[in-house]
Amino acid sequence: MAGIPHDHYEPKTGVETWVHKRLPIVGLLYDTIMIPTPKNLNWMWIWGIVLTFCLALQIITGIVLVMHYTPHVDMAFASVEHIMRDVNGGFMLRYLHANGASLFFVAVYAHIFRGLYYGSYKAPREITWIIGMLIYLAMMGTAFMGYVLPWGQMSFWGATVITGLFGAIPFIGEPIQTWLLGGPAVDNATLNRFFSLHYLLPFVIAALVAVHIWAFHTTGNNNPTGVEVRRTSKADAEKDTVPFWPYYVIKDLFALAVILAVFFAIVGFMPNYLGHPDNYVEANPLATPAHIVPEWYFLPFYAILRAFTSEVWVVQIASFLTGGIVDAKFFGVLAMFGAIIAMALAPWLDTSSVRSGKYRPQFKWWFWLLVIDFIALMWLGAMPAEEPYASFSLIGAAYWFGYFFVILPLLGVIEKPLPVPATIEEDFDAHYGTSSDKGATASHPAE
Amino acid sequence: MFKKLALSAVAALGLFSGSAFAAGEGGHVEDFDFSFEGPFGAYDQAQLQRGLQIFTEVCSACHGLKFVPLRTLSDEGGPGIPEDQVRAYAAQNFEVFDAELDDTRPATPTDHFPANTGVGAPDLSLMAKARAGFHGPYGTGLSQLFNGMGGAEYIASVLTGYTGETKVEAGTTFYENHAFSTGWIAMAPPLSGEDVEFADGHSNELHHEAQDIAAFLMWTAEPKMMARKHAGFVGVLFLTLLSVLLYLTNKRIWRPIKYKPE
Repeated sequence: MAGIPHDHYEPKTGVETWVHKRLPIVGLLYDTIMIPTPKNLNWMWIWGIVLTFCLALQIITGIVLVMHYTPHVDMAFASVEHIMRDVNGGFMLRYLHANGASLFFVAVYAHIFRGLYYGSYKAPREITWIIGMLIYLAMMGTAFMGYVLPWGQMSFWGATVITGLFGAIPFIGEPIQTWLLGGPAVDNATLNRFFSLHYLLPFVIAALVAVHIWAFHTTGNNNPTGVEVRRTSKADAEKDTVPFWPYYVIKDLFALAVILAVFFAIVGFMPNYLGHPDNYVEANPLATPAHIVPEWYFLPFYAILRAFTSEVWVVQIASFLTGGIVDAKFFGVLAMFGAIIAMALAPWLDTSSVRSGKYRPQFKWWFWLLVIDFIALMWLGAMPAEEPYASFSLIGAAYWFGYFFVILPLLGVIEKPLPVPATIEEDFDAHYGTSSDKGATASHPAE
Repeated sequence: MFKKLALSAVAALGLFSGSAFAAGEGGHVEDFDFSFEGPFGAYDQAQLQRGLQIFTEVCSACHGLKFVPLRTLSDEGGPGIPEDQVRAYAAQNFEVFDAELDDTRPATPTDHFPANTGVGAPDLSLMAKARAGFHGPYGTGLSQLFNGMGGAEYIASVLTGYTGETKVEAGTTFYENHAFSTGWIAMAPPLSGEDVEFADGHSNELHHEAQDIAAFLMWTAEPKMMARKHAGFVGVLFLTLLSVLLYLTNKRIWRPIKYKPE
């Protein structure tokens, strides 16, 4: 890999040389695993490993679940019960897979907000950020279609509501919705295509993950200071970095083990906590559930979707200007997708010359307000569509857009950033010091 | 930074559990104590057997258990009834349609409990997971972290929640029930106390019967609960141990980097 200067793989034996001349795969793996990584990464840099683990967990448990699942409207629900009751360890596979989706989204939100705080999206890492957003979109599509497969009430009605969003597009909406569903309503054709795509998309995600890693291995990792690793010479680079193996592999594995202990407690002791009881009722097109609620990880964007009702003046103006083509429903759909596009545009909306939020005194406040906004929207997305929740959702949605389109561009101009350390080494030594001033020569307890 | 975000993640997990917004909001659900609650709770075999008796003698008149194989009645983690007794129980109580015979025949342990759609009563196989008893506070579902989902509590509360009032709407009689979401339920009170005689002489008062059948229906909904909790416990134990070892390894390898000798 290009990028930070470091030692490359040198084949030693004859066999190694023979392979290396024909396919430098060992060299590729060596360079990937030994990549120089900033030595000051904090605990928010562990989520990448957690996400990789989640993808592997979902693919492996998913492949086995498919061996026992039947994608047919008359048999899907019963086949899930067959997995739960008759398949050896089937209950564990299914609960791991269902809760694995939640762990996946906990990790991806932590990972995204890490990027937003430390400016990981800024030049030269825009492509890493955009690929990441594509992965996130593919994850949402995969999770949504996966939730339809058990063919419970929430599966069916969730699919009806979400595909209905496409029906809100003017003129071409209804043909698109019919095309997506494979018919006029959610039925066997829908279940079959969702099953097919639910199996396909994780492999698309895996490919995107490879590109994501390739991109940030080219630019180098960001780090809490936002200061780049010195590339002037190998010796300089080594002062700022440590090789990924073993330093970060062990650190990340430790974090993963802690997170998995919590994950196993949820799977073992309360596996249905994050699910919806209605999904243990078989799908019935004739009975609509009292509340149709998406999975928790969709709720912030669901709240934004519902925030723009026909009473909101922005919606009325849009409707007036377009002669009624953009109605409240379509506006809501645009807002929901717009909220994600706003995030994807962050590299070009943030005008600050300082990368890390650590050195941006005003930015910090706005950032934490965005985190609170996100959690508040999550709660509001689960509440019924009535006052006062509707007004709060509108405020929350307005802040989301305000943060990306107003605050990020303006802050770069009006904010006076704090001094940034000259090098990663300087920051690292200021924190840990050397052996003489920390009294760290005392032997390690494990020794 | 990490702590704050981790806290946010935990808060998000806790606050926005979809199950918090289950059907059945509004009714009052009593928090009965069940033996299977908590990480170490286990089914009470005698209670499951009493529940089976109530299901057979009362509930099965209108309700089915179509996802439950009869053979699982002899499961260790379930009612644990000996196989020969299950065979006799199946043959005595249920008839199933056999496509090969093109006729009905007595049920065998390899069959499922039959479906029962006679009067439009819902199948009870998964009822204890299809209802949540606890929703609060503020619809956040946090109480489920401490009390569980409350499906079994919901069932027992409905069975004991009748007030005795009735009303007729559009030709259907509704019975007032303060555990049911709308306050009025179409099911006539199925239990009134002393509906069954238990061979072991256990109390057959209404609230005992209600808890016995609720426990049995929790088992039909989650037959592998014991195995699941065991797997969870082993997982947490080994991962905690692994975490400690990795923590020490991590400390050790980073030491020379963090406190480099002069």
